[in-house]
Amino acid sequence: MMEAYLDNSATTRALDSVRDIVVKTMMEDYGNPSSLHKKGLEAEHYVKEAAAQVAKTLKASPSEIIFTSGGTESNNMAIIGAARAGKRTGKHIITTTIEHASVYNVFGHLEEEGWKVTYIPVDEHGHVKTEALLSAVDEETALVSVMYVNNEIGSVNPVGEIGALIKKKNPRTVFHVDAIQAYGKYRICPQKEHIDLLSVSGHKIHGPKGVGFLYVRQGTKILPVVFGGGQQKGMRSGTHNVPGIAGLGTAAEEIYRDHEARIDAMYGIRELFAGLVSELPGVTVNGLPGRGSAPHVVSVSFEGVRAEVLLHALEEKGIYVSSGSACSSNHPALSGTLQGIGVRRELLDSTLRFSFSIFTTEEEIRYTVQTLAGLLPVLRRYRRM
Amino acid sequence: MFAHDNLFHAFLIKYAEIGIKGKNRYLFEDALIRQIRFALRDVEGDFRIRKESGRIYLESEIRFDFDEVIGHLQYVFGIAGICPMVQFDDNGFEDLKDRVVDYVRNVHPEGNFTFKVQTKRAKKSYPMDSNEINAALGEAILEAFPSLKVDVHNPDVFFYVEVRERINVYSRVIPGPGGMPVGTSGKAMLLLSGGIDSPVAGWMIAKRGVKIDAVYFHAPPYTSERAKEKVVDLARLVSRYAGPMDLHIINFTDIQLYIYDMCPHAELTIIMRRYMMRIAQTIAEENGALGLITGESIGQVASQTMQSLACTNEVCHMPVYRPVIGFDKQDIVDVAQKIDTFETSIQPFEDCCTIFVAKHPVTKPNLNIIRRSEEKLAEKIDAMVKEAIEGREIIRIGLE
Repeated sequence: MMEAYLDNSATTRALDSVRDIVVKTMMEDYGNPSSLHKKGLEAEHYVKEAAAQVAKTLKASPSEIIFTSGGTESNNMAIIGAARAGKRTGKHIITTTIEHASVYNVFGHLEEEGWKVTYIPVDEHGHVKTEALLSAVDEETALVSVMYVNNEIGSVNPVGEIGALIKKKNPRTVFHVDAIQAYGKYRICPQKEHIDLLSVSGHKIHGPKGVGFLYVRQGTKILPVVFGGGQQKGMRSGTHNVPGIAGLGTAAEEIYRDHEARIDAMYGIRELFAGLVSELPGVTVNGLPGRGSAPHVVSVSFEGVRAEVLLHALEEKGIYVSSGSACSSNHPALSGTLQGIGVRRELLDSTLRFSFSIFTTEEEIRYTVQTLAGLLPVLRRYRRM
Repeated sequence: MFAHDNLFHAFLIKYAEIGIKGKNRYLFEDALIRQIRFALRDVEGDFRIRKESGRIYLESEIRFDFDEVIGHLQYVFGIAGICPMVQFDDNGFEDLKDRVVDYVRNVHPEGNFTFKVQTKRAKKSYPMDSNEINAALGEAILEAFPSLKVDVHNPDVFFYVEVRERINVYSRVIPGPGGMPVGTSGKAMLLLSGGIDSPVAGWMIAKRGVKIDAVYFHAPPYTSERAKEKVVDLARLVSRYAGPMDLHIINFTDIQLYIYDMCPHAELTIIMRRYMMRIAQTIAEENGALGLITGESIGQVASQTMQSLACTNEVCHMPVYRPVIGFDKQDIVDVAQKIDTFETSIQPFEDCCTIFVAKHPVTKPNLNIIRRSEEKLAEKIDAMVKEAIEGREIIRIGLE
């Protein structure tokens, strides 16, 4: 049976080069970078190399990279760390209504701890309402956090513009960008885009799970949230996850090699899929077409079909997709993002996310659409009354 | 628990009703021993189980985790009480006296209670008889702990001393789960859904000594692999008590869709339930089971009204055991929490009874009407049922 893994926003297959370096740092160069001896130094080289590789992709300095256990930790560290460090600016923080749980729930937590939080809504394309955001920024605003690419529908926020405007209104406000779905898909230059903090996860870019990083722009004050042996200049204690970090560095370097060509190819895949699937009856593709959306995510609503049933029916045919985002689909609550962009209520539970990677082929796309064409009439015939 | 639990290296297992089973007693004891072995199979220790003149002893030469062993023995139906014992060799009465005094100090440090020493002397060559031992040990204990008092009629604590090849001392009785050892009462087939009720029902019947197999109706893609995984997990949890079981997984999708196509929607659930019972019964017969078990409780949902139960029951010629029939939901939840199936049961995966449920299902089905609706299935249903039964997957639970 043909297999089509179209759940790359949940996670991706690792690159061969990533596997190799992970194995090497587990089996041969397995030292602790904090050890004084040669084995330790050897391991430290991998960490330095990874920081350099990552920094290069952002036109940043390696000293601005803090390795974490992944996207969730990066977001937690950025938001909690910046809010606490920014108390002197004020206890007001801002985010949007379509953030990932690892941002959204952190704001909820800070709200309970006494911070004043403003949640900015999005327009029908899933773009944060910039004017509303700007009018919310005031003297007291310590932090603004906006996601770059939305994980459920692939909408893209103009973070560079937003960053510039925020800084114009209050230069002391720290700007955090959750780039977990954007890194590897867009060239990001935090310096130019006025981004102070940027979260990235390894396994979304064909790196290992359990590793990520937070870019902290030089001069940005954040307080650590993990305490211990003082590794990474005390910003993130804990023995370096050397295999993960080395794998992440390798993936970052490779994913930005031939970047433009790869992204063009991915848009080709996206267009092919969006075009074919929207020809099927009762099917709506959510979000903006073409370059208006991220190259790897397509959200599709199927009238009269329950997303979970369709997902499992596709699974039987070797096609793997998500309902909503894999992270939020554990909750029976319907997607806040889809509601945010005004998807009709009866379609909320009928929406699937297809997400692609550099490995996705045209053949897989054709197979998927063909399979959908066969399944939809059957599933529509049998429904809850 | 107690500070000196590592004092004990043996347990006396007291059994419940099986003591009264006359000539078949050895069958019950053997089943009990088998279940104890099963319960302890993953527990570290070198356990020996001995039958000796109407009692069962569990001993380990090497150290074990006291709490872990007690915890696992709580899974063994038929155990009424577990008595942690101190065992030592007979080195004369002076030594026995010292050890008993030590025992009292370690195990009952509370220091203010009434007691009685109760000696059983199986080793008739011992120089003192039971009454003499009782008196001498009682005196020694009183001398060592002046705050204690003897009460031969209604003591707070019995100190049991058994003089056999070795000497056993015990005083505490930790209650066991009761019931009868699984494997002493035949076998039944449990209709296991992913819900709260059916694992409880299976547990209750297993407690009466019944061996259990289970059947689950899977309806992909309407029910997910995770829903099936959850049922496997539930079967594992029940098998801690019920011992190894076969879980039969029936792919029910085609049958369900066929009923959907041919029969009135309001009757879908009831007709579906009738086919589930028929299928379960066929598998039960093939496997030598003598009855079916369901987690039904009167009035809980539309398919569990008196009329609906009568309607589903009508297709069964074997007895259908419904141990939670008179339970309120909370009563069932309480048991599910006690046997640790609740957390697994409440994971939110859809089961196949609810996927096509009508907005207004019949709550008082009329048997004649249902039968007439089923006639519309005549063309294909027998072949479909046969195919579902023959194509079933069987997972052996509890032997991994």
